[in-house]
Amino acid sequence: MYVAVKGGEKAIANAHRLLADRRRGDRSLPGLTIAQLIGQLGLAVDRVMAEASLYDQSLAALALKQARGDMIEAIFLLRAYRTTLPRFGASVPLETGRMQVERRVSATYKDLPGGQLLGPTFDYTHRLLDPDLLNETAEVEEPARRDGEAEAVMRVSDILDREGLIEPDGEMPEDHVPGDLTREPMEFPMPRDLRLQALARGDEGFLLALGYSTQRGYGRTHPFVGEIRMGLVEVEFEVPELGLTLSLGEIRITECQMVNQFKGSAKAPPQFTRGYGLVFGQSERKAMSMSLVDRALRTGEFGEDVVAPAQDEEFVISHCDNVQATGFVEHLKLPHYVDFQAELDLVRRMRARHKPAEETTEHEEAAE
Amino acid sequence: MSAPHTEPVTAPESAGEAELAAYNFAYLDEQTKRMIRRAILKAIAIPGYQVPFASREMPMPYGWGTGGVQVTAAIIGPEDVLKVIDQGADDTTNAVSIRAFFQKVAAVRATTHTADATIIQTRHRIPEHTLKEGQVLVYQVPIPEPLRFLEPRETETRKMHALEEYGLMHVKLYEDIARHGRIATTYAYPVKVHGRYVMDPSPTPKFDNPKMHRSEALQLFGAGREKRIYAVPPHTDVVSLDFEDHPFEVQQFDRPCALCGATHVYLDEVVLDDRGGRMFVCSDTDYCETRQAEGHVGEMLATSEREAAE
Amino acid sequence: MSDMPLLKVRSLSKFYGNRIGCHDVGFDLWPGEVLAIVGESGSGKTTLLNCLSTRLMPSTGDVQYRMRDGDYRDLYRMSEAERRVLMRTDWGFVHQNPADGLRMTVSAGANVGERLMAVGNRHYGRIRATASEWLSRVEIETDRIDDQPRAFSGGMRQRLQIARNLVTSPRLVFMDEPTGGLDVSVQARLLDLVRGLVSDLGLSAIVVTHDLAVARLLSHRMMVMKGGHVIEHGLTDRVLDDPREPYTQLLVSSILQV
Repeated sequence: MYVAVKGGEKAIANAHRLLADRRRGDRSLPGLTIAQLIGQLGLAVDRVMAEASLYDQSLAALALKQARGDMIEAIFLLRAYRTTLPRFGASVPLETGRMQVERRVSATYKDLPGGQLLGPTFDYTHRLLDPDLLNETAEVEEPARRDGEAEAVMRVSDILDREGLIEPDGEMPEDHVPGDLTREPMEFPMPRDLRLQALARGDEGFLLALGYSTQRGYGRTHPFVGEIRMGLVEVEFEVPELGLTLSLGEIRITECQMVNQFKGSAKAPPQFTRGYGLVFGQSERKAMSMSLVDRALRTGEFGEDVVAPAQDEEFVISHCDNVQATGFVEHLKLPHYVDFQAELDLVRRMRARHKPAEETTEHEEAAE
Repeated sequence: MSAPHTEPVTAPESAGEAELAAYNFAYLDEQTKRMIRRAILKAIAIPGYQVPFASREMPMPYGWGTGGVQVTAAIIGPEDVLKVIDQGADDTTNAVSIRAFFQKVAAVRATTHTADATIIQTRHRIPEHTLKEGQVLVYQVPIPEPLRFLEPRETETRKMHALEEYGLMHVKLYEDIARHGRIATTYAYPVKVHGRYVMDPSPTPKFDNPKMHRSEALQLFGAGREKRIYAVPPHTDVVSLDFEDHPFEVQQFDRPCALCGATHVYLDEVVLDDRGGRMFVCSDTDYCETRQAEGHVGEMLATSEREAAE
Repeated sequence: MSDMPLLKVRSLSKFYGNRIGCHDVGFDLWPGEVLAIVGESGSGKTTLLNCLSTRLMPSTGDVQYRMRDGDYRDLYRMSEAERRVLMRTDWGFVHQNPADGLRMTVSAGANVGERLMAVGNRHYGRIRATASEWLSRVEIETDRIDDQPRAFSGGMRQRLQIARNLVTSPRLVFMDEPTGGLDVSVQARLLDLVRGLVSDLGLSAIVVTHDLAVARLLSHRMMVMKGGHVIEHGLTDRVLDDPREPYTQLLVSSILQV
């Protein structure tokens, strides 16, 4: 006798038990600690924080551990937690000009006040696998240190701005309240603040590919890296009730200011234009890609034609979120029996009708 | 098989255990629920119109029912009785998972019995048992925009809805007939609601479309990833698009359910072996089980009973 | 022919920043009349056409259109909804490149039938019959009704675009270089067809062209544009046979007299 498949509940429970087992792996080895993840896989933790839009290293590391190293799964876990948190308000804009800089490079000036500071970068490493890391045999040297400069390191965009060579920083109207993508429905066209939010939490790989495409001619913007800086900035929160500004602490961020193709007209003298990228943690690739895409998406502002994917706001913003993307792509594995049955039935009927038609005349019109 | 229709209440995990966060009743905070309920009210006021809402990140993936879950979470109360189905069945894994979610975060009573439920969350089917006044059917919607595959731009489709420019929709149906001799859309079959908005009924088979027409129940549609909510209030006209000379038709099955003998219901095809053996059974498991309990016997059950008797 | 103009254009200007698109254009268009706007590229003729057809908002000026009920309406004060209804019922727009005016991935029949469906026709058989009739009117074999325009030649595509526009019996058709990308022999056939349809249907039309031969063959009246200004305006035969402005004389003498 036929018995319909039952026991979804039990199957799920067993599957999750197996998942937990695989996550833990060989029990004779010590389990990873959160501190280890933060300390030794810091860039992975950074990416999870950035794309989950939640700056919390411990929770990001926990998500990473729970997700068995699957980045998008970890981002998803952290976002699902973030969404339950109450929202108090928006911080005072970060003053990246006062950043405690750990890395700062400019491709537009050889030397500049504050200097070029390489910091902890993979740049100029030779990508040779290091056998010393297999067993952590070699002692790792302490980094060279010198006292930090008390003065703020000026931004390259400010140098250009002083001469009027670059367009002003984007200004929002006086009474503009910063939008929050996670609290309001999205609508197109989108103001730049919301667009930058979407890009900041957008998928690194997707933005990288789009940024790359602009370089290859699909919406060229003639970019120069005005400056990339990475380091700690203070986050401040204004409490109007108390009439004071509180410091919430420091976070590490990466900022990229791209200097792009100049624009001018009969009325306005030529000026360089800007593309902006800002990411939680250390992620130059993401910040740079974001600034390329930001500039490409400003096509309309400069009266340029939208001819490439990276310039198409609806296309970019609707598809840059990897949690949304992975959910929808992966939902295809959910049952679709009912719809498939409907298609199956239709194709069978049409094939049945097709047969006699084929036998009589080859060119018979499908329609009566 | 003889599982009780109403399952016992499962208490939520103790708050002390959840160190990271203590979740509100039905997971969403009250402010979010109010925001969603405002969107729902607007949707009910403008039948078939897609209301943008600030969809939240949910603890299940986008595309897996986050829209339906948010709608259910926003309207559910402690007195409600919840039924969750996927493909018509209460025991498909995703339905089980969503039901378990609500039992955990809302401790509501769950049932598999359509008539007993006050809220039914569904993916891809409308129950066979006619819904009554006071019941709410919550659909999980992947792509809410019926014009999406004809016009990919949101900015343009919103304009088309606003100006009631639906010619393109019929172009698609025209092409179906020209190419296949019939309208070849079998699910997510577009409907016009209350004579105004063209609406995607979610990927239910078109077999279910007539059940939406003037239903006594409130029908709510939630699309989490696409951040839209829309609604069909009770007793509202829901008309499937068609041509006068190619009227809308539902699928006909040329045999009854092999288990309960029901006719005029939607059937799933079950492959029995690799020699072409197959049978057709109700896709609505509750409907089928209820009929069997009432003594209806389909061909397959009759055969096996005969075999057992021999 | 009615004694009221179909379209009344008054002091229409369009500026792009400091640059003139077209400046201070005014004329009346009468029912059944074909007006050609001629000029070199950059003369402002396409800007003017786009303003008249409300695809572009002018900087100043107004255009009154006589609706089917006899009332004049200011095109630029209409809501977008009303304008779009007008555009898909009472007007036609024939693009230079047929791909801009056709749905290339939809069959010829549906291309022609779309406007009918947009205004509420819901009988497949009748829509198809009308589409088929229009295909033969524009000299496309009716057995091509289920083919997509992708499979059509340039001339066929252009004829299909014309059929798609005329199926709702519009009163006013805008044409932007309708014979633009076509071979000379194909052009002649298309012009013949358009001339026949315009006179059979009593259509009014505004045709933008750089080709004086097109203007001569199709239009009753013509306007010559240069630098955004209308420099000469009159009956087509008069302008071509006896051009008054030196620039028009230059234009006329620069083409082979046919």
